[in-house]
Amino acid sequence: MILFILKRIGYAAPVALGVSLVCFLLVHLAPGDPLSAILPVDATAEMQAQMRSAYGFDKPLPVQYGLWLWKILHGDLGTSIATGRPVLSEVGRAVGNSLILASMATLIGFTFGTFFGFVAGYARDSWLDRVASAIAVFGVSVPHYWLGIVLVIIFSATLGWLPPTGAGPQGSGNWFPDLEHLRYILLPAITMSVIPMGVISRTVRALVGDILHQDFVQALRAKGLSEFGVFRHVVKNAAPTAIAIMGLQLGYLLGGSILIETVFAWPGTGFLLNAAIFQRDLPLLQGTILVLAMFFVTLNLLVDVVQTALDPRIERA
Amino acid sequence: MNVQTSLATGDPVAAVAAPEIPAVASRGYWGSVLRRLLRDPVAMAAACVILAIVLAAIFAPLIAPMDPFKGSMVRRLRHVGDATYWLGSDELGRDMLTRLLYAGRLSLFMGVLPVVIAFFVGSGLGILAGYAGGWVNTVIMRVVDVFFAFPSVLLAIALSGALGAGILNSIVSLTVVFVPQITRVAESVTVQIRNRDYVEAARVSGANPFTVVRVQVLGNVLGPVFVYATSLISVSMILASGLSFLGLGVKPPEPEWGLMLNTLRTAIYVNPVVAALPGVMIFLTSISFNLLSDGLRSAMEVRQ
Repeated sequence: MILFILKRIGYAAPVALGVSLVCFLLVHLAPGDPLSAILPVDATAEMQAQMRSAYGFDKPLPVQYGLWLWKILHGDLGTSIATGRPVLSEVGRAVGNSLILASMATLIGFTFGTFFGFVAGYARDSWLDRVASAIAVFGVSVPHYWLGIVLVIIFSATLGWLPPTGAGPQGSGNWFPDLEHLRYILLPAITMSVIPMGVISRTVRALVGDILHQDFVQALRAKGLSEFGVFRHVVKNAAPTAIAIMGLQLGYLLGGSILIETVFAWPGTGFLLNAAIFQRDLPLLQGTILVLAMFFVTLNLLVDVVQTALDPRIERA
Repeated sequence: MNVQTSLATGDPVAAVAAPEIPAVASRGYWGSVLRRLLRDPVAMAAACVILAIVLAAIFAPLIAPMDPFKGSMVRRLRHVGDATYWLGSDELGRDMLTRLLYAGRLSLFMGVLPVVIAFFVGSGLGILAGYAGGWVNTVIMRVVDVFFAFPSVLLAIALSGALGAGILNSIVSLTVVFVPQITRVAESVTVQIRNRDYVEAARVSGANPFTVVRVQVLGNVLGPVFVYATSLISVSMILASGLSFLGLGVKPPEPEWGLMLNTLRTAIYVNPVVAALPGVMIFLTSISFNLLSDGLRSAMEVRQ
């Protein structure tokens, strides 16, 4: 198992290096000078050159990349051009909030997704299957930012039950697990949960359908095992894949939360990205994307390892 | 679909050799796929909705009742069912029906074009990687792996954010998001096909690689890749409108569903129904493409 984990890490390392290269090049994709956003309009050529060397933009690209990577490995993601604060601390605070929202959404999505998936998989081609499948298609087709607006219209603007924006009372920037904060997370989390719900219920439906058609299920029934006993075997067989999908969905949600965080003014990474893009704060943009992508790479690795640990049939080659 | 049909029907090998596809003596493979698709009521309903939205977008100047850019501050945010503004008016007093019809043009263009470009580029790269193997495969597929390490929404927004707002930049970003996904599917199908006996036979008979790919591989690979690409259109529509929603795509006053949804957000307390309308159009288009793609998939996967 340890050999397997080492092999997986060996496979993920070049990917991580590639990811860092893409993040680094992002800044150089941008049209114009990365410093144009903070330099005053009447800055002299001399001042521009000064700034460029202060930020290291005057060196050749490979050297810049090397220096940048070296700093990152030492936990220095650079300084935000707009605020002058270290990028790492800005991202760190936002990642926490995003992670809470994404985990909540994944949990809701996984619960309902597996439920609908099992119902549909057991009752193939019945009306229950059709309803569950319709919900799944809805989940993967609905523009979630629009669903968020619709939920705000219904539950905040019309009924006045839940707050429309923010993470807590009085614009509280840090989420805290109490009843008041729970009211704030409910709408964004439900909005976000429709995507994993759709994906998971589709996967589980297919899995359950396949498992029920396998010979061992027939054998279990033939030997007189109760339907609940058979169900337990089905769950055990479906679990590794379902959990793997759940892990990946958490990563997708964390990376894709910008649209929903914008709708709900949720103080997470999406919100930070939005600010970075529109203030043309390229170090912040670069740092946030790097952290999110690295999180996703690590999550992929974890999912691989956990799935293999759970399912002994997967070869640890 | 038409290109596909003509591509494969002339080739008897495709009918016999395509994976999991029964040999049909009387009519071509794509003919029977089309026949099955026509008998699928859900897929047909979805196709009709897509056709209606596309036609409405193309003929918007002929059917739209008003000018999409001309507004009136005294007639702003009229409700749905108004005598002059059937679907209400927006925050600048422009006719919603007119703008929704016109918006289909940019929204569909920006949603569909990246997938079309990615289909050609990704299929090319995937077939090259899959057929050539060796270091060519390693180089292409490792680069693909790197792009797979980014969640698609994040990659699209990162690229658009770095490139700056604009229609062209959004299309470029979304294309970059979809090329690796299509390349991976095309590569895995090509590797399967390459190891078939008839491909081996063609190679041994002395045909050069281009001929083998064109005659034996292309027809068998493009089908599955095409179905996969159709399933991406729905995602692409949502992402393209999402970029405009964030202010990274179309710029005002151009009508586009995502952008309209964004500018109308301020009106959710005054006129919630009108504020939600642009999203209904995105949803309708996206779900129709998904259902049509599902129908196409099951029409192609019938096993006997």
